Amino acid sequence: MSRIAARFKALAAEGRGALIPYLEAYDPDRATSLELLRAMPAAGADLIEVGMPFSDPSADGPVIQAAALRGLKAGATLVGVLDMVAEFRKEDDATPIILMGYVNPVESYGYERFCKDAAAAGVDGLILVDLPPEEGAVIAAPAQAAGLDIIRLVAPTTPDARLSYVLAHASGFVYYVSIVGITGTRSASAHDLAGAIPRIRAATDLPIAIGFGVRTPEQAAQASSIADGAVVASALLATLAQTLDEQGRATAQTLPRVLEQIRGLAQAVRAAGQKAP
Amino acid sequence: MANPSEHGAAAAQSNSFRQQPDEHGHFGGRYGGRFVAETLMPLILELNAAYEAAKADPAFHKELAYYQTDYIGRPSPLWFARRMTEELGGAKIYLKREELNHTGSHKLNNVMGQILLARRMGRTRIVAETGAGQHGVATATVCALFGMKCVIYMGATDVERQKPNVFRMRLLGAEVVPVTAGAGTLKDAMNEAMRDWVANVADTYMLIGTVAGPHPYPAMVRDFQSVIGEETKAQMRAAEGRLPDVVVAAIGGGSNAMGIFYPFLDDVSVRLIGVEAAGHGLDSGKTAASIERGRPGVLHGNRTYLLQNADGQIDEAHSISAGLDYPGVGPEHSWLNDIGRAEYVGATDTEALDAFQLCTKLEGIIPALESAHAVAYAAKLAPTLSKDTLLVINLSGRGDKDIFTVAEHLGVTL
Repeated sequence: MSRIAARFKALAAEGRGALIPYLEAYDPDRATSLELLRAMPAAGADLIEVGMPFSDPSADGPVIQAAALRGLKAGATLVGVLDMVAEFRKEDDATPIILMGYVNPVESYGYERFCKDAAAAGVDGLILVDLPPEEGAVIAAPAQAAGLDIIRLVAPTTPDARLSYVLAHASGFVYYVSIVGITGTRSASAHDLAGAIPRIRAATDLPIAIGFGVRTPEQAAQASSIADGAVVASALLATLAQTLDEQGRATAQTLPRVLEQIRGLAQAVRAAGQKAP
Repeated sequence: MANPSEHGAAAAQSNSFRQQPDEHGHFGGRYGGRFVAETLMPLILELNAAYEAAKADPAFHKELAYYQTDYIGRPSPLWFARRMTEELGGAKIYLKREELNHTGSHKLNNVMGQILLARRMGRTRIVAETGAGQHGVATATVCALFGMKCVIYMGATDVERQKPNVFRMRLLGAEVVPVTAGAGTLKDAMNEAMRDWVANVADTYMLIGTVAGPHPYPAMVRDFQSVIGEETKAQMRAAEGRLPDVVVAAIGGGSNAMGIFYPFLDDVSVRLIGVEAAGHGLDSGKTAASIERGRPGVLHGNRTYLLQNADGQIDEAHSISAGLDYPGVGPEHSWLNDIGRAEYVGATDTEALDAFQLCTKLEGIIPALESAHAVAYAAKLAPTLSKDTLLVINLSGRGDKDIFTVAEHLGVTL
C-alpha cells in the first residue's frame, strides 16, 4: 500500500481527517524550508504538499506567487526540490509527500526521468495544476511505472459528466478546489462544501481533500470533517512572509511561528474528528 | 525533441496544411493543446462548442461581415510601395494596410469576432491582456460599442511606455489594471488576466488577443484574422494577375502573421516569413525570438516554443516593441517552423527603428514598431530578389503610439 493510502486509512480508523500543510521549496532558502519540512510531522502534519516554484504560477494568488519568486531567487530547481525530499526521507518514512506545481519545469526535466527520480527521492504523489486529464497522457504511464499517484483537481465548475472522466484519471486522493478562483483569495462556506463533497463522494472511493481558501483552524476542522483532509497553503506562507527581514531572509521567528500555526490547525482538525460521528 | 520529418509525413498524408489543429487542439500532434487548471477546463470546452456552433451558423458570419465593413472599414488596401521598391532596388513591395483599420491595427479583426461570440454566450464582462495596448484598445472599443464591462490587464512597464493607449482605453470606459508581477510586461499581464477569469467564470469572457492560449483560442483567433490573407490573395490577383512570391509579417504571439499566412499555406510557391523581435540581437540574451532561441514547453495554456532556462523557468523577453515583448509564440507557428512551411528570422531593435523611419519617409506611412520588424527584414531581403518578385509586407499597425519611444531612442525630447 502506498504511503498516501496507508495514511488516509489510518486516519479513517482514528475517525478524523488529515491536515495537509503546504510549503514552497527554498522559501526563503533551502536550509529553512528543509528544516520546516522536517519539523512539520511533529507539529501535526499528516501529509505534506511541497510546492515546486515556477516563474508563472497563473492559478495562484499573490501569496503563493511571492513564495515561488522567493524560492526561485534562492536557487530552487527540480533537482534541488527532489534532493530536499530525499533528505526528509532519511528521517521519516511514513509521512506522504506530494509535490505540487506547474507542468513546464517537469516537461523540461523529462516526464520519465522526473517520475523515476521523484519516486527514488521518496515522493508519493504529484499535482500538476495546468495538466488536465486531456493532456495527461505524457505523465500517466511514467507515473504509474514509478508508483507515483497523480492527484487530480476537481472544481465547483466541474460538471457531473466531466467528474467521472477526471476521476478515471485520478489516484491517491482527490483535491477539491473549494472556490472558483485562485489560491488564498476567498473561502467556501460550510453550506457550499456540504453540497459539493457528497457529489464527489458518490463518484469515487478515493479520499477527498479540500484546498484553496482553507485558512483558519475552524475552517480546517470543518473541511477535514466534511471531507477527508484539509490543505492549508497561503495562510502559512503569509505567516512565513511576515517573519522575514527586510532583505527577505529568515529570522529566529520564522520556524517557530509557522510551526505554531500548524499546531493550532492540527489541534482543531483532531478535535473535530473526535466530535464527528 | 520534435522530429520534423514525422510531422512532414503527417501533413503530406492529409495533403493540406490547413487541417490543423486536431480535435484536441494539437498542431502536428505536438503543439497547442489545453493546459489549464481544472476550474477553467469546463469553460474552455464550452467556448469550443460555442465557437464551433457560431462557425457553422451563416447568421454569425453575416453579422461579422457587417461589422467588418461598416465599423472596422474592411477591406484594407494592398498598397504598391513604389518609392520603397525603387530605393531598395529589388522585389516589388506591397504593403497590406492593416494599420488603416479602425483603432489602427489588425487587432480589431479578432476582437470583433470574439465579442460577437461572447454576446452569443451571454457573457457581460470582458477581461483581456495587452502588451503595446493595441489589443487593449481594440477590446475596450468593442466593449464601448456593445455596452459591456471591460477590464484590461497591462504590465506596469508597458503602462509606462504606452501612455497614449492607456489613456485611450480609459476614455473608452475600460478599467486598466497595471500588473507589477515579474518584469511587468505582456506575459505577466496574461497571467493576471487568467487569474481574473478563473475567479469570475460565471459572467466573464476572456478575450485573448493573439493566436496563443488554450484551444480553441489559437485556431479561433487565426480564423478571425484570416480575412487579411484572403483579401491579400484576391487583391494581388487583381493587381498582378498572380499570387505573391513572398509574404513577410512580424511575430510576437503571431496573430497578424497567422492571419496573412493561413490562406496561403497550401500555395507552396509562396514563401512565408515570420520576423521575430531579436531585441539587442539573437544571441544577446535580450531578445523575444522564441522560435529561434527558445525550445518547446508549456505556458499560458499551450505547448509551443518558449524562451526558458535549463530548469523550465520562463525567461523575460526583451524588445523595443511592447507588442512583441513575449517569451512565447502561437503554437501553429511552432508547427509551421518544424515542418519548414514557414521561415522564422529576427530583426533587432535598431533595425526596426531604421525601418520605422524608412517606411515613414518613403511612403508617408508611420508603421507600428511591431510592423517595423517586418519592414526591416523585407528591406534586407528585397534587394537580393529579382524585380519581378512580388513581396507583401503585412503592415499590421500604425505607429502613432510609438512616437515617444522612437523619439527617446533618437535622442529627441518631445
